[in-house]
Amino acid sequence: MVRSIRRARMVKIRFPLLMIAPTLVIIAFIVIFPLLFSLYASFTPYYLLQPSTLFELVGLRNYKNLFTDVYFWQAFGRTILFLAVVVNVELFVGLGIALIIQKIVKGSRIIRTVVMIPMMFAPVLVGFQFKYLLNDNIGLVNNFLQLFGVMKVIPWLIDKRLALMSIMAAEIWTSTPLMAIILLAGLLSLPNDPFEAARVDGATNFQMFRYITWPLLSPFVYIALAIRSLDVARAYDIVRIMTGGGPARRTELLWTYIYRRGIVDARFGIASAMSYIAIIISIFFTYFFFRQLIRSRVVQ
Amino acid sequence: MKQKTVKKVKKILLYVLTIMLLFVIILPALWIVVSSLRPRKDILAKPAVWVPRDLSFTSYRMLFSGRRHGEMSVPVREYFRNSIIISVSSTIIAVGIGMFGGYAFSRFKFRGKNTLFLFIMLSRTIPGIALSLPLLIFYSYTKLIDTKIGIIIVYVALNVPFAIWLTDGFFREIPGELSESAQIDGCSRWKAFWKIDFPLAGPGIGASGIFAFLIAWNEFAIANVLTRTLRSKTMPVGLFDFVFEFVMDWRGMCALAVIMLIPAVIITFIIQKNLVKGLTFGALKG
Repeated sequence: MVRSIRRARMVKIRFPLLMIAPTLVIIAFIVIFPLLFSLYASFTPYYLLQPSTLFELVGLRNYKNLFTDVYFWQAFGRTILFLAVVVNVELFVGLGIALIIQKIVKGSRIIRTVVMIPMMFAPVLVGFQFKYLLNDNIGLVNNFLQLFGVMKVIPWLIDKRLALMSIMAAEIWTSTPLMAIILLAGLLSLPNDPFEAARVDGATNFQMFRYITWPLLSPFVYIALAIRSLDVARAYDIVRIMTGGGPARRTELLWTYIYRRGIVDARFGIASAMSYIAIIISIFFTYFFFRQLIRSRVVQ
Repeated sequence: MKQKTVKKVKKILLYVLTIMLLFVIILPALWIVVSSLRPRKDILAKPAVWVPRDLSFTSYRMLFSGRRHGEMSVPVREYFRNSIIISVSSTIIAVGIGMFGGYAFSRFKFRGKNTLFLFIMLSRTIPGIALSLPLLIFYSYTKLIDTKIGIIIVYVALNVPFAIWLTDGFFREIPGELSESAQIDGCSRWKAFWKIDFPLAGPGIGASGIFAFLIAWNEFAIANVLTRTLRSKTMPVGLFDFVFEFVMDWRGMCALAVIMLIPAVIITFIIQKNLVKGLTFGALKG
């Protein structure tokens, strides 16, 4: 009797672990092992063309060198600028879209479907699409401007300032729907009572939004911001196809720079150090966002 | 009376705004589709030709003809085949593995469960590029470089966490008593899973499959590093073949883009009804 209970308990523990085992094996193989390898490589001057460099340990030299690497800090700062602009515009526009969709009764289904389409685009595809639209010679945008007599050809992707803005536009176009949908889900889940009470008390639409909708929506805003920030921080595909980091590194973001150092220049050691810094920062922010999220839930 | 007109104006304004919005959202995609059908000289025309004319499927036919001549030298047929094989098989494997994981997390209590769950989810926050660099070295030593199986393994690892997250939520919704009573009636645990829980969690499993497929279908950063030739190159990587040629073949690129888009658009239509619900559900679970 006792033995059979013990055996049943053993089975009980073993069964779930058996079910999770394949997941753990594949994550160990594809995520953990490579990360450990690049952690090790970040302490070596590993140069892909000289494999023996993998076995020279140089301690923290790669990390120290990064502190004086102007390009790294430029890419870093640009990534933060990119993130700040993109995420804030997305929040603003996304909230607008969510509020509009919530109000519309007729045809809401088709509208929702259309709004979701950009979300499904591959980032490479979004990049290509905007590269085509913004092409200085044959792009739709310049052709359109010419209709209105703007005869100057605007080099959207070649001008050092416009290029980053063009990439931002592409990123915003593709990801605002996700923002809108999370916020819409939030709006739809809000309780009705506070709104009715406020209406009875004669609150204006703006007051209702400011004092009821916005505070109640804040957990969803946090989720949306968290998901998007972590996503934008690793922007790579779009930049790669639109400008490749050019002109003259003016659109180089963190991960395009890491790619350039690691693959193009074959400086694997230093690229590993950079990617470690980037990963640690992003894990820190993941943690920070989720702590905020939990706090905002508790307050409610 | 006056209030009524104000309300009506407001309503019309709302719809005008919506239509403008939809236009901005849809226009870029629509322009790609139209461009893929236009004659090449119309795309390059100065001043621009606005009203599309002489539309044809020539560019698609050329993409898939398999002939390599002049500027049309991109072997789209092979890329398409690779994309299909890699996306479909990695999706099936990822959902299979993730489904069991989700079941284990939703039904069993064991030590370190929450930590393990968090660990699996965190593995997904590592950007593809960060993995692709060490994987490149690792793969070139194990001869997995430029093979479909190599890419499939990576995509499975990328998609399993999300599949676990989604199916875990769905299994939670199914009362555990159902399969327990089946087990009392003589079903094995394994059989009870297949007969009871699996069909009931069908929508969740399907949804995780759709997302896994889309991610694999669209992935670029890792495939760009780990694939080299026709053996394993996928369409997103293939799109770059057009970019780096001296003469840009915009029409061909547009056609390839449309081919890449089709599954995404179909999927959008399939899931749009459930997506809002699914996302709230996921979001609230945090």
